[in-house]
Amino acid sequence: MELTLLFAPLVGSLLCGFGWKVFGETAACWIATSLLFLSALLSWVVFIGFDGTSETIQILRFIESGSLSTDWAIRMDRLTAIMLIVITTVSSLVHLYSFGYMAHDENFGEGVSYKPRFFAYLSFFTFAMLMLVTSNNLVQMFFGWEGVGVASYLLIGFYYKKPSANAAAIKAFVVNRVGDFGFALGIFALFFLTDSINLDDIFAAAPDLADTTLTFLWADWNAANLIAFLLFIGAMGKSAQLFLHTWLPDAMEGPTPVSALIHAATMVTAGVFLVCRMSPIMEFAPEAMAFVTFLGATTAFFAATVGLVQTDIKRVIAYSTCSQLGYMFVAAGVGMYSAAMFHLLTHAFFKAMLFLGAGSVIHAMHHEQDMMNYGGLRKKIPYTFAAMMIGTLAITGVGIPLTHIGFAGFLSKDAIIESAFGAGAMYGFWLLVIAAAMTSFYSWRLIFLTFFGEARGNKHTHEHAHESPMTMLVPLGVLAIGAIFSGMVFYKSFFGATEYVADFYGIPLAEMAEGGDTAVEGAEEAHDNADAGAHDGEHHGPGFGGAPGEGALYFGADNTTLDDAHGVPVWVKVSPFLAMLGGFVMALWFYIWNPTLPGRLAASQRPLYLFLWNKWYFDEIYNFIFVRPAMAIGRFLWKRGDGSVIDGGLNGLAMGIVPWLTRLAGRAQSGYIFTYAFAMVIGIAILVTWMTMTGGAN
Amino acid sequence: MENNLLSIVTFMPAFAALILAVFLRGEDEAAQRNAKWLALITTTVTFIVSIFVFIEFDPANTDFQMVDEAAWLLGLTYRMGVDGISILFVMLTTFMMPLVIAASWDVKTRVKEYMIAFLVLETLMLGVFMALDLVLFYVFFEASLIPMFLIIGIWGGANRIYASFKFFLYTFFGSVLMLVAMVAMFSDAGTTCIGGCDVSLLTHNFGSETIDVFGFQIIGGVQTLMFIAFFASFAVKMPMWPVHTWLPDAHVQAPTAGSVVLAAILLKMGGYGFLRFSLPMFPMGAEVVGPLILWLSAIAIVYTSLVALVQEDMKKLIAYSSVAHMGFVTMGIFSTNQQGLDGAIFQMISHGFISGALFLSVGVIYDRMHTRDIDAYGGLVNRMPVYAMLFMFFTMANVGLPGTSGFIGEFLTLMAVFQVNTWVAAVATTGVIFSAAYALWLYRRVVMGDLIKESLKMISDMTAREKWIFAPLVAMTLLLGIYPAAVLDIIGPSVTALVDQYDTAVAATDAAMQTAEAQN
Repeated sequence: MELTLLFAPLVGSLLCGFGWKVFGETAACWIATSLLFLSALLSWVVFIGFDGTSETIQILRFIESGSLSTDWAIRMDRLTAIMLIVITTVSSLVHLYSFGYMAHDENFGEGVSYKPRFFAYLSFFTFAMLMLVTSNNLVQMFFGWEGVGVASYLLIGFYYKKPSANAAAIKAFVVNRVGDFGFALGIFALFFLTDSINLDDIFAAAPDLADTTLTFLWADWNAANLIAFLLFIGAMGKSAQLFLHTWLPDAMEGPTPVSALIHAATMVTAGVFLVCRMSPIMEFAPEAMAFVTFLGATTAFFAATVGLVQTDIKRVIAYSTCSQLGYMFVAAGVGMYSAAMFHLLTHAFFKAMLFLGAGSVIHAMHHEQDMMNYGGLRKKIPYTFAAMMIGTLAITGVGIPLTHIGFAGFLSKDAIIESAFGAGAMYGFWLLVIAAAMTSFYSWRLIFLTFFGEARGNKHTHEHAHESPMTMLVPLGVLAIGAIFSGMVFYKSFFGATEYVADFYGIPLAEMAEGGDTAVEGAEEAHDNADAGAHDGEHHGPGFGGAPGEGALYFGADNTTLDDAHGVPVWVKVSPFLAMLGGFVMALWFYIWNPTLPGRLAASQRPLYLFLWNKWYFDEIYNFIFVRPAMAIGRFLWKRGDGSVIDGGLNGLAMGIVPWLTRLAGRAQSGYIFTYAFAMVIGIAILVTWMTMTGGAN
Repeated sequence: MENNLLSIVTFMPAFAALILAVFLRGEDEAAQRNAKWLALITTTVTFIVSIFVFIEFDPANTDFQMVDEAAWLLGLTYRMGVDGISILFVMLTTFMMPLVIAASWDVKTRVKEYMIAFLVLETLMLGVFMALDLVLFYVFFEASLIPMFLIIGIWGGANRIYASFKFFLYTFFGSVLMLVAMVAMFSDAGTTCIGGCDVSLLTHNFGSETIDVFGFQIIGGVQTLMFIAFFASFAVKMPMWPVHTWLPDAHVQAPTAGSVVLAAILLKMGGYGFLRFSLPMFPMGAEVVGPLILWLSAIAIVYTSLVALVQEDMKKLIAYSSVAHMGFVTMGIFSTNQQGLDGAIFQMISHGFISGALFLSVGVIYDRMHTRDIDAYGGLVNRMPVYAMLFMFFTMANVGLPGTSGFIGEFLTLMAVFQVNTWVAAVATTGVIFSAAYALWLYRRVVMGDLIKESLKMISDMTAREKWIFAPLVAMTLLLGIYPAAVLDIIGPSVTALVDQYDTAVAATDAAMQTAEAQN
């Protein structure tokens, strides 16, 4: 079953991409889509039926060289199962959605069959992503890691006639490669120290790594910290964290379904997945984890500030994604991997939904993406409006404070913020709360600018705005269910009492209760106790136990973040809610009550506005310190290094006689040069023969 | 076991060349067609026969196999054989040659001579990989230059004379030093047998006591000197930075098929030489010079990648990328561990397919537009979707995408060098960033975008012949990328033996040096 769900998208991709001339365009697309739905169905069967114990399924031998031995193999555990449902669910819905969205495209001329190519890429992406999350070793994970990178490259550059799309595609791939640089070095270091790159072996060796010193470049490092840090660089690239985030907004050049699937729900969360997957290493790398927290929080804040002023609807959501990924990293950084996964899951639903909703708006508005040309659309496209509203309620975290009732984002985001506070990461906590306010502001701003107020921009476009077809609305409906309920349904498993989380992930408890039924009773009791004891900070119930790698996640013996998070003060628990309200009111004020205010504010605070509008000038700075120097150095090395120094100096002697030889050859053989060369080599052959002969006489 | 399979494989192309030279007369269409078909059939049959060699080959046996021995002229011995190190180079050569001939179907001038040159070249290259006698090796090694020299000089581009001489001089320069070392080896060991006989160079211990040359203490002694002499020859062949500048010029001027052979097979003779001679025979030399070579490799990777970034000529760009990829090979070899050597051999085989395919890709559009200038293209995807797909595939393989064979070699060599020198590993790993940049930038300028240029409006997609040439290369690139055991199983035992031999020799010398110091 696991193999079927893994390879179905690949088969679909190949059949669709190469067989569409046989099956016909539409049929080929349906083949890819139905295989994905099959994959999604099986994923849910696997997820629901999964009992928490890890197992490995061998497929084929892979790299074997000396002590390095890897297979193509599936590691089935809870982490994998979660990712399976996220990927296949969103992917199959995006496939379906694409039938409507990609039906007509002005970027291609008449008679160009772009649809099979699009579906083939989507399916291939899904396959690569599944390979990434099911891998039981780091090379196979790297295969998926790069595979999704290629799929992303191909899909961002899908409109190959657009120079901006091509540039964005290359940028995405190259920036990701910067991350891969770190990832690869991390793998090398792991192999060097543990003699294996299989996850089981690495996890087993994790405690030793914490006591190992590795000489890397100029200094000695704690091995666990160094490896965790290097792997995190890879995660930064894929998950668009600060400094390596610049590709994500540009990636919006791709068709909107791509943005929803790859650049919101799945691929960009691969970095978070990696950090969670490597939790046994991370747990032994406190400094690296502090860095993860720091960078995640900073990214969440940074991206939110930029999101405040963007006017391209997709870019707003892109920065929002960047920001939400920062949240997930904070959760992982403070050791609350299950909260990170929780937000990953809920975010996949509501962010895919926001993107697909945005796509529906763009579709209705004839590919207009500037929100300044929207306005008043809620009556024209009511279903899309409803979907976007649900997505916004989810992302901003609307719910009833101090209960576990609310939209998906309410539960998962609050879980992260409480974890940050509980773990004492005050920098993370405060930045995330501020970011939550900004999230609320830009999300509502998007809603107000798009659906409320007067119609702006091209009248003609507005008059012809139309609701999207069912193929596009059905996926929105399904995702809406996820955006509303996934938080409440899964809260207990991801962020409930220790016992539930441990059971969900297959993690043994440190001190087992009486066993059997009483364990469950004990768990509930402990849960109540935890709630009751929250205020005075007392913690009850057994903590996480087991050896690294025994469950899908590993929590060190001193990792009490989960209990600590449950025990935070009330003001902490309501702070994200208040921040959300604040952002909402601000957005109301700016865009409903007093619509001229944003313009005046931008004018009066021009430097700040430009700073945000230009995304903190990262692109300009990078262009100045990386791109242009690389080209200049390349040119210098070519003309001066190869040209002047090597050809001119080092080998000047040899090269000096070339013209002379050429003349000679020209005179002797009027253009035939081979006799000369032939004579030279025959001469050498005779020479060596003669020398060996005389040598042989001795 | 006695059989002549290896000799048959080796000399079949030369025999066909002889038939062409003697019996084929005339320059008319029919004669041209005959020459082409004979060459194609011969190289194909050679490949089929070599498959039998491959089947008969036993990877678990690390000795030379299928050794073919005969007395030769002037009391020298003709001795051929294969082991796990060389067998795949033989297969690579026989595999590539039919494709090369098929890619030359549109050659119009001196077709007979052209085919003769390639057939002779195949024999000589196969000879290099199989020769088990020093003199025989030298003859094959040096003689293989001549056909290549001619291919560039006669069927090459406008500046072909300059390029072919530069190519010839560079490689010849290194050979002179190697020749001297070979003579010294013979006088030291008293045999020219490389391996597979009772007294052989591979089992001989060349002196490694520190010696004094003009006041310089040479650690590793004779071994180091010989190592350097061989290095001069092999480094040029690879080519390693900074003796690489002949390669871009040679590639630019060579006809497509010439470039393919040059990149896919000829360059591998350098790497093979390191594995056959430098490491096992002069381990102390490798131990002493190795760290420097690691750095040269790392520099090569970064330097040539940066240079590739700014090239305006497609072939030059790919040539520079070849130099970078060969940097991974030397880096792997001189990491002197299992992953390094496995990775280096893998990288060479894989680079044979990938760079061959890339040069063929350039050839496809060069045949149509007669320019290699990147700026002359743009938007080819609009009219050449199949070409765009194949070129994309090999571009990705070239940047080392996992799942293609390009990844395995890079990954293993980097992993190997990390165990030896993390600085080199870190510098070399930046190559994965630069390679993505230059390769995708090339692809974008040539293939992507709208088709604006008038001259390209009528360009046609690949013909059936061209597609069939690419098909085997795609298959091999994928096969080795997904199931690398196909290569690693073959080379593994021989590489293990080589690494063990190397480690033992170095340890023994170190022990001897310590004893000597203790005695002083």
